[in-house]
Amino acid sequence: MSDIQAIPLPGQPSTLSFHLSEEHHPQHGTLLGFWLYLMSDCLVFACLFAVYAVLGRNYAGGPTGAQIFELPVVALNTAFLLLSSITYGFAMLEMQRNGKRAMLAWLAITGLLGAGFLFLELREFGHLIAIGAGPQRSAFLSSFFTLVGTHGLHVTFGIVWLVTLMVQVGKKGLIAENKRRLMCLSMFWHFLDVVWIGVFSFVYLMGVLP
Amino acid sequence: MSDSPDLAKLIFGRLTWDAIPFHEPILLWTFVAVAAGGIALLAALTYFRLWGYLWREWFTSIDHKKIGVMYMVLGLVMLLRGFSDAIMMRMQQAVAFGHVQGFLPPHHYDQIFTAHGVIMIFFVAMPLVTGLMNFVVPLQIGARDVSFPFLNNFSFWMTTAGAALIMMSLFVGEFARTGWLAYPPLSGIAQSPDVGVDYYIWGLQIAGVGTLLSGINLLVTIIKMRAPGMTMMRMPVFTWTALCTNVLIVAAFPVLTAVLALLALDRYAGTNFFTTTLGGDAMMYVNLIWIWGHPEVYILILPAFGIYSEVVATFSRKRLFGYTSMVYATVVITVLSYLVWLHHFFTMGSGASVNSFFGITTMIISIPTGAKIFNWLFTMYRGRITFEVPMLWTVAFMVTFTIGGMTGVMLAVPPADFALHNSLFLIAHFHNVIIGGVLFGLFAGINYWFPKAFGFRLDPFWGKVSFWFWVVGFYFAFMPLYVLGLMGVTRRLNHFEDPSLQIWFQIAAFGALLIALGIGAMLIQFYVSFRNREALRDHTGDPWGGRTLEWSTSSPPPAYNFAFTPRVHNRDAWWQMKQHNYERPTAAFIAIHMPKNTGAGVILGGISTVLGFAMIWHMWPLAVLSFIALLAVAIGHTFNYQRDYHIPADEVSRVEAARSELLANHV
Amino acid sequence: MSLKALRGLLLPVVLLLTGCHTVLMSPSGDVALQQRDLIITSLLLMLIIIVPVIVLTLLFAWRYRASHKRDDYDPDWNHSTMLELLIWSAPLLIIIALGAVTWVSTHKLDPFRPLERLSEGRPVPADSKPLEIDVVALDWKWLFIYPEQGIATVNEVAAPVDRPIEFHITASTVMNSFFVPALAGQIYAMPGMQTTLHAVINKAGDFDGFSANYSGAGFSGMHFMFHGMSEAQFGQWIAQAKAGQALSRDAYLQLAKPSENAPVSRYASVAPSLFDAIVNQCVTPGPSCMSGMKGPNLPAPEHTEDSMHDMPMAQPQ
Repeated sequence: MSDIQAIPLPGQPSTLSFHLSEEHHPQHGTLLGFWLYLMSDCLVFACLFAVYAVLGRNYAGGPTGAQIFELPVVALNTAFLLLSSITYGFAMLEMQRNGKRAMLAWLAITGLLGAGFLFLELREFGHLIAIGAGPQRSAFLSSFFTLVGTHGLHVTFGIVWLVTLMVQVGKKGLIAENKRRLMCLSMFWHFLDVVWIGVFSFVYLMGVLP
Repeated sequence: MSDSPDLAKLIFGRLTWDAIPFHEPILLWTFVAVAAGGIALLAALTYFRLWGYLWREWFTSIDHKKIGVMYMVLGLVMLLRGFSDAIMMRMQQAVAFGHVQGFLPPHHYDQIFTAHGVIMIFFVAMPLVTGLMNFVVPLQIGARDVSFPFLNNFSFWMTTAGAALIMMSLFVGEFARTGWLAYPPLSGIAQSPDVGVDYYIWGLQIAGVGTLLSGINLLVTIIKMRAPGMTMMRMPVFTWTALCTNVLIVAAFPVLTAVLALLALDRYAGTNFFTTTLGGDAMMYVNLIWIWGHPEVYILILPAFGIYSEVVATFSRKRLFGYTSMVYATVVITVLSYLVWLHHFFTMGSGASVNSFFGITTMIISIPTGAKIFNWLFTMYRGRITFEVPMLWTVAFMVTFTIGGMTGVMLAVPPADFALHNSLFLIAHFHNVIIGGVLFGLFAGINYWFPKAFGFRLDPFWGKVSFWFWVVGFYFAFMPLYVLGLMGVTRRLNHFEDPSLQIWFQIAAFGALLIALGIGAMLIQFYVSFRNREALRDHTGDPWGGRTLEWSTSSPPPAYNFAFTPRVHNRDAWWQMKQHNYERPTAAFIAIHMPKNTGAGVILGGISTVLGFAMIWHMWPLAVLSFIALLAVAIGHTFNYQRDYHIPADEVSRVEAARSELLANHV
Repeated sequence: MSLKALRGLLLPVVLLLTGCHTVLMSPSGDVALQQRDLIITSLLLMLIIIVPVIVLTLLFAWRYRASHKRDDYDPDWNHSTMLELLIWSAPLLIIIALGAVTWVSTHKLDPFRPLERLSEGRPVPADSKPLEIDVVALDWKWLFIYPEQGIATVNEVAAPVDRPIEFHITASTVMNSFFVPALAGQIYAMPGMQTTLHAVINKAGDFDGFSANYSGAGFSGMHFMFHGMSEAQFGQWIAQAKAGQALSRDAYLQLAKPSENAPVSRYASVAPSLFDAIVNQCVTPGPSCMSGMKGPNLPAPEHTEDSMHDMPMAQPQ
């Protein structure tokens, strides 16, 4: 085996060095770890999508997607979320330039867009429940509410996290830790965007097809 | 509890005095015993003023070694609980024939077999496996700790919180009566309106958070923190199997989280995922839970394979035969484990082509597994084998697991499975692989790495006593179940009519008794070893003539593991260092950067337990409060930026000088 | 060596197991018999590799023990391409053989597939029609409906020897598994769904049947008798049932209430399309009724052999 180096004679010092003499600094694992977390979260969504694929046409005599989805509102909703990803991108550009105030402003806009998204979604949910199309009505509605609601819950946590980070940046400034955290939230936020594109096409667009 | 029933209902939900099982003598006496033992333990801790020590040195510790040990303690304690369930089932089945109903009515018996499965998989096998990986992997790759030390502590406390909830169900309310995977519609609110399934859901969800995070943590650790020179193909096999296991954890546990969340929604919010009405589909649950469930068994067995690989090479005093094919076999098993889930329910009525596909993929897994067995075999070939306790477990494994693997392939043939499914043949098969594979491996691992963790070896005499009782007990307990399976006896029965079956159940009960003696001998082994620790002391740090890096440092290792990060040139890194007459450095030490302890993990775990309990009993105000508290503590923790410190060079010099002295005096 | 001969080698073991009533090793129905042969075939195929592994493990453990001090100790020997090829290809060959057996037998013994033979060498007569029995797993007893004969029984089922049987199986509330080990392998009984099992009994006699899938408190007492009998006896057995009461929808709802260790009972007549109503959860009309579940324009899938076959799960009806 190539792995077996020549063994020195007994008593002879080895030609190989077996330890470092200064401190070893392994690469920081946070971004990789967060990626892995996102992928595991992605699997949760994959399950919910799969469940929707299986149950999405089991209307149980209740309303169908075509009957209840209001595409214009959902389109506006989608616009909010996509826009918030762009504004988060601007915030990250400001972070690279160490423009703390501008970055905070962009983050605030991102948060507001996210809140607008949530508002429209809750409004839709409230309307559906009011007309008797709540999650208990049929397996289709159960899986619809769960898939969309889980995404909404993620956005809610994203906003809580965003506010927390804004406070932390305000207090500590753009130090390395905070930059790393902002990077993680950035990945999280864009990830939610990608998931939403899936929800929008798979649930809403395909749902209104006959 | 209160004058106003509405207020009491708001605060206490469905918890009333009726939930305490005063009418069940077995439970009541168990409770009395546990309470007495618990009070004695707490009193002893207080008397010896150990609380501060435990809190500072263990509970809040972010040292991967201590967290690993705490996982092992959790696993062993839960083993006692899970085994008590097992022996009660064996006793019941040995006596409940004809007009004799036995001492366990269905209501109790059904909880016991459910709890047995849940505890043994989630709270015995998982903590033991995670504990060993936690302890060993950073040492094997020459790292100071895991990538996210706080997360590691938090993961442990979440697992413990889940275990605590499951234990609570013994004395407050009841546990699920659904079988360990809680198939709906039986686990739905219509068929199981009580708290049992809710204990199951919340216990597993909370522990699942811990498992997932620890999976991510170890994965990043292995990818990012290996010592310089340790390429992927120079990683010790145990680290390889840990890597694959954690890939499986990260890729499988989210499915469990999702499916249990859907079941919870069905039960709490009245949705229709798995109901029989309004379009629900219970079989989707069965599919989803096995998409998690099958990888789960490989999550358990792969690290055990890793342990055997380390043990067999060390005690044969030889390089591991076929390292490369061992690694590829592990990776192939990892991938294939996602393509076989349907073999758990061939009898659902999928078509012949679907069944054949999953049957054949299942059989294909036996090819890499078979290759591994041969690799261990040829590692022994032309070796110098010493039969220390870990090696005994390994040889017993190779024989036992082979039999279990064979019966597994028989079950993978769909038409044969139609006859054997859900029978005691199946029970015998999976105990054959889980005990003969996972548990034997864990015992080998415990005996192998114990001196590294504590600085003294485990007593070999009591180790061997335990070994023989376990192995012989295993064969007595489970071979009769194969026969009973062929006699058409199914699982989960608590009463039988046919008297000709009884003798087999009695033999099995005798086997369980032998296993009980094996567990007893193991506890004695721990006690005797602790008492004789000076005689069993290992001063070298390398009691077995090890081959990998964990043996290059002292036993127990210092907080920082290695004074200088090792540089690796060979897959048997420490073996090569010994061959090259490596001399450990004795001067020029530098300060070492280390993470600081924190109590946040314990607190978050504690609040999660309260949250779970409140959700189980529908105590909505408490649930809301504890959820807010959970969020507040988590956010508060992120405001702590002072998470690390430096061990000064003087301190490192002092520790290393003490070791030099020890080595000079004793070796 | 042919598998037949190998099977012969294992005969003593099989006989020993038959000695202690291992019904799976000495079944009375042709399907169960073929399944037994498959169990033995797969066992033998694997023993080809299992036995050498176990023997070598013990042999190597003994031979290369340290105290033996053999001089062929070779601490660096860790690779041999020849051996590697062997240890990967030997299991591979066996799995190829077993995989082929699996593919063929899984299709041949698919429970949804009508029988082709009554027993070895006796094909099903072209003009014969299988005896249909609708099976419902209730909490916690079994209901058998004979649509042709118009009778129903609880916890007892009978069929003439050598006549193919077609079971249609469902459940009322929770999942069970319909299993008569002497007759044929099991298949799940699931609420809101229907599975099918084709089988034949070749010997007269009384055989145990039960639920093989845990279903709650009364599970242990959820067994029934399967009687194999001659055509004449079967006629008498039907006539006996004809003397009983009627199974109306109300009577069914009474029966469906949970009960444990239910006694055998017989019904002279059965409410029309009761079984379909049970499968569709429509016995009591109302929201639980599943008709129309699939949306306005989608009829319930036709229960043909092929539509069933490549679905990952049994069809909800």
